[in-house]
Amino acid sequence: MLSRTASNLYWLSRYVERAECLARILDATYRLSALPQGYGSETNEWDSAIATAGCVISFKEKYEEANERTVTEYLAFSLDNPSSIRNCLEIARTNARSVRTALTGEMWDAINSAWHELHRYDPKRITREEFTRFLNFVMETSVRFDGTSFRTMLRNDAYWFSRLGFLVERADATARILDVKYHVLLPREAQVGGPLDYFQWASILRSVSARTSYHWVYRESVKPWLVADLLILNRQMPRSLASCYENINRYLDDLAQFYGRQGQAQRLARATTNKLENGKIEDIFQSGLHEFITQFLIDNNRVGNAIGDQYLI
Amino acid sequence: MSSRTPSFFDEMRSPDGSIRPAYRQLAHWLDTVPKDVLDYRRKEAEFIFRRIGITFAVYGDTAATERLIPFDIIPRILNRGEWQKLSRGLEQRVKALNAYLHDAYNKREILRAGIVPEELIFGNPVFRPEMNGQRVPHDIYVMIAGIDVVRVDPDNFYVLEDNARVPSGVSYMLENREIMLRLFPELFIDHPVAPVDNYADDLLATLKSVAPTSSSSDPTVVIMTPGIFNSAYYEHSFLADKLGCELVEGRDMFVKGDMLYMRTTEGPKRIDVIYRRVDDDFIDPLAFRPDSMLGVPGLMSVYQAGNVTLANAVGTGIADDKAVYSYMPDIIKFYLGEEPILKNVETYRCREPDQLKYVLDNIDKLVVKEVHGSGGYGMLIGPAADKKTIEAFAAKVKAMPDGFIAQPTLALSTCPTFVEEGIAPRHVDLRPFVLTGRDKVRIVPGGLTRVALSKGSLVVNSSQGGGTKDTWVLDR
Repeated sequence: MLSRTASNLYWLSRYVERAECLARILDATYRLSALPQGYGSETNEWDSAIATAGCVISFKEKYEEANERTVTEYLAFSLDNPSSIRNCLEIARTNARSVRTALTGEMWDAINSAWHELHRYDPKRITREEFTRFLNFVMETSVRFDGTSFRTMLRNDAYWFSRLGFLVERADATARILDVKYHVLLPREAQVGGPLDYFQWASILRSVSARTSYHWVYRESVKPWLVADLLILNRQMPRSLASCYENINRYLDDLAQFYGRQGQAQRLARATTNKLENGKIEDIFQSGLHEFITQFLIDNNRVGNAIGDQYLI
Repeated sequence: MSSRTPSFFDEMRSPDGSIRPAYRQLAHWLDTVPKDVLDYRRKEAEFIFRRIGITFAVYGDTAATERLIPFDIIPRILNRGEWQKLSRGLEQRVKALNAYLHDAYNKREILRAGIVPEELIFGNPVFRPEMNGQRVPHDIYVMIAGIDVVRVDPDNFYVLEDNARVPSGVSYMLENREIMLRLFPELFIDHPVAPVDNYADDLLATLKSVAPTSSSSDPTVVIMTPGIFNSAYYEHSFLADKLGCELVEGRDMFVKGDMLYMRTTEGPKRIDVIYRRVDDDFIDPLAFRPDSMLGVPGLMSVYQAGNVTLANAVGTGIADDKAVYSYMPDIIKFYLGEEPILKNVETYRCREPDQLKYVLDNIDKLVVKEVHGSGGYGMLIGPAADKKTIEAFAAKVKAMPDGFIAQPTLALSTCPTFVEEGIAPRHVDLRPFVLTGRDKVRIVPGGLTRVALSKGSLVVNSSQGGGTKDTWVLDR
């Protein structure tokens, strides 16, 4: 397969996943901002949305203050933000057009229809109610794209590259959501696990659509270390770092077998997977959740780069 | 044009109002099918086209970079006899084009025989000196040709233009048929329509047949596209899909040791045949335009070493411009010793002073075209233009007479077309696609019919608001 085709497939699913993550972050932030004062934290929810999306610097260049209007505009619609939902879907479609031949008709249809639908929303005139619909549309697009890939693609290198992009992006997003909330909410020991945090932690679960899963797994009220356990180590949870890496490993192995050789990407992914498989949440908290996540983000990035060097250029 | 209503040749209806045999069932169907059914199916067709993304880009139009070509749901029908004559003529014409190119880049007997003037070859900006004495596999230059033909009466086909570089439109031919089969399956029960969907197999067989002699028995064929911003990108990806070959851009390939490779996830892979949809100018920045980002540095040296086949060959532009067009009947006679089966439209060469004078004196009655123009850009339709436009165009012709030819306005045939006012005759042309391989010439029955949708208009180009129709060759 052409390296460029592989690259386009990889980035196509990364961008679709990124659009969905942003939609979830925005959705959770709206919920949180709608709480009466005193239930939330002292910090500004909209600031933390920007931090989670990883674009504090570029945002500050453009806006004075993070609030509903500016954050919505920047994360959802802005053309200046290379990773706004709108740009993600635009880039996804451009990538999809470039690899039309590697996509199934159903996948193309999912992306192409979404692109047409996207142009129906006018960012300047959008109401709150429409914006909720918009976020639902973005999440559905991702589900549809993912579902069509799963149901229609041949299980060969094209499928594996597409999965890898999706998983590397997903692991990155989960880690960021956790990190920002941790960083923003829990810098002072006294507040860790305090009653006011409840809604914040609940909002993390919401932003990864894991509220129900949490209760099924732990059958307890929402507790920070259990939330972290679910999102980092629990392999039943498809968004957890452990689950993402279990699958990254698997698809990289499939590629190695298919092509008859392996390289740096396989080695790095295995190392990261081992760390997650052997991790205990108590140890992670003890040595610092923030440090752990920071290291994970670096490792994940390295795996992404290694996949790029090995296959995509 | 619409003011004078001359008796155009209508392909469905004879002047006395009777229906020609090939159209008998269709005419009956058109009479009985309710208009809202047609309307509904047309909308359905448009919906499907948009959904699968069959779009094209219009250059110079920033607002809509992706547009649909309007599709007319009423098919155009040719009977078997008409098609047989046409396809014989097409084969003859393409054979002559290939013979001319081989001669022009090698012995140049046609110049010695005084059939065409030297400037036609050497003075042509698309003449490629790199191709002098260069052998191409099996002496085939034009593997894929699109020959634009029109009808003005029941008996004759006229060639309007030869396209020997990178003719496009074949994806519409194939998709139009798919849509018709989907929307009107009942019509195919009454009509024995010759299939076209073997085109992809024919194309692949053609391309494999012209692989370099040094390549393996199963040569690697790729399609080369300038990228997604090209107006015909949809077609490029469509063909790659149908042929099951890689769709490559210049940046996907590199040259090493006189061989051409593509970058794949498994490392470099050798390429044997490129069906390139990129103009000569852009294929190799070392040989041609140095600013080209679309090409592969060194591609020409691999080509000249005989290690890759380009389809079509480099330098075919000297065979299909509008200046050489006027010599085509003589070219056919010279190489094949046959009378041309397809006629040429009478053409005035502005390069010749007496003909230039005639053109300028009668410019309001003529169609004047740029020799190197295409796609309906840069042409004047005298009878439809206002005085100011005509004067401006005449000035351009006077300033550079070599760059123009003129033809009488043809009374293009009409076909029934579903438009706002109902079913009405509209002017059409036809672009059949001719594939030339080492073993044989292949032409799928039909081609792309283009239709001028506004009343009286003779311009069928999609960039100028034309639409397309499915073209049926009846197997009876």
